[in-house]
Amino acid sequence: MTTNPPANSKRRKLLAAAAASTTAAAVAPGLRLIEWATAAASNATDAQPVTDETRWGLLIDTDKCAVDCDACVRACNAEHGLAVTARPETDPQWIRKVTLTGDGDGDNSGDNSDDDGDNENAGRITSLPLLCQHCEHPPCVDVCPTGASFRRADGIVLVDKHTCIGCRYCVIACPYQARAFVHENLFAQKPWSPRGKGTVEGCTLCVHRIDQARTPACVEACNRGDGDGNNAGDGDDNNGDGNNTVAEGNTRIDGDSDHTGRNPDNCGAGALLFGDMNDPQSAIAGRLRAAPARQLRADLNLNTGVRYQNL
Amino acid sequence: MRRAVLISRATVAAILSIAVPAGADGMPQLPRGKGATCVEPLEVMRRNHMDFLNHERDLTVRGGIRGRKHSLTGCIACHAQRAGGRDGDPGAFIRIDAPGQFCHACHEFTGVKMDCFECHAAVPAGDLPETHAP
Repeated sequence: MTTNPPANSKRRKLLAAAAASTTAAAVAPGLRLIEWATAAASNATDAQPVTDETRWGLLIDTDKCAVDCDACVRACNAEHGLAVTARPETDPQWIRKVTLTGDGDGDNSGDNSDDDGDNENAGRITSLPLLCQHCEHPPCVDVCPTGASFRRADGIVLVDKHTCIGCRYCVIACPYQARAFVHENLFAQKPWSPRGKGTVEGCTLCVHRIDQARTPACVEACNRGDGDGNNAGDGDDNNGDGNNTVAEGNTRIDGDSDHTGRNPDNCGAGALLFGDMNDPQSAIAGRLRAAPARQLRADLNLNTGVRYQNL
Repeated sequence: MRRAVLISRATVAAILSIAVPAGADGMPQLPRGKGATCVEPLEVMRRNHMDFLNHERDLTVRGGIRGRKHSLTGCIACHAQRAGGRDGDPGAFIRIDAPGQFCHACHEFTGVKMDCFECHAAVPAGDLPETHAP
């Protein structure tokens, strides 16, 4: 669907040139071919579909991710208008914090057998954000009966809610439990993040921001400078537009509910790094080359777009 | 076939026009957009806006192409009305699918149900209520 934009644009230019050489050919009353072709060409030049030259990825350094910090989760909730209600069982989660305790076998295999007997990693606490892993071979796309669950050419796995019938097959197929179902009528959705009852949803990697060359909201929150408690005027639209009201039960008026002088909506740990894994010059590609990174459930060979270091 | 469609549309419109507030010419009264002209001629938009929206939604969702001239957010940005308060206060935006507003007025008149705003925001960005309805 997105593999041949050059051919398309060539064809459009050809059409426009052909139309220009035709003298005011009338195709309909009041509409001449030349106007139609010129309009089509000018509309086509402003954007091309995304291509697979880019593979968006997210690198998470679990050493930097604090156990008690959920700035990324709150940033996501605010960005996409995910309500935190009194019914957490049905609240959609696009990203959540997970805390792991080492089992001592040192190989992350899940079988708990300490093969070398050195008790490595025993009791080690690791905190990490868990979200859609944006697989290259996503099981949610494989099972979707309508084609609503799809992988964009640049690696972002999305739900086209126009065609989603809410069967929730993808919710079951996802090994990371990264998909959520909207159970209730919604009001006041964000214009950049349409959501509705009866459809499945999940992390979009903030695709609306990526298309504007911005970074995802969680990454921004994790990397936003911290410590002075003053983030006013930093140009970020998350501040003061609801970010401070979407919280887990406690009212945040000044964004400093823990009275530490630290704005809890900002993390500053810098555990999240977003970028193009296909671009050798990008920071994320450099970090992936420099140190080993782990894919969750690498045994499934899904080639995830979200990678974890120091896990 | 085409004739039959036209007749049935006219019949539906005639029946509905009894119940819907209409102007002197019998057509629904739509709030005007902000700009001098629409992105397309009036007749083109009346007949084809749904095709434009369907086409661009696929370009946007699947191809990541945003901000073209037939976008739903563009419609809303131009056609949403403010409630208007006292002392020159412009007031909050009214949902574009609220009775009498741009989308609703015509869709009510023609008896065509739209479900865009079950998911999409019905007010422009930057003026959103911060809490969800109970």
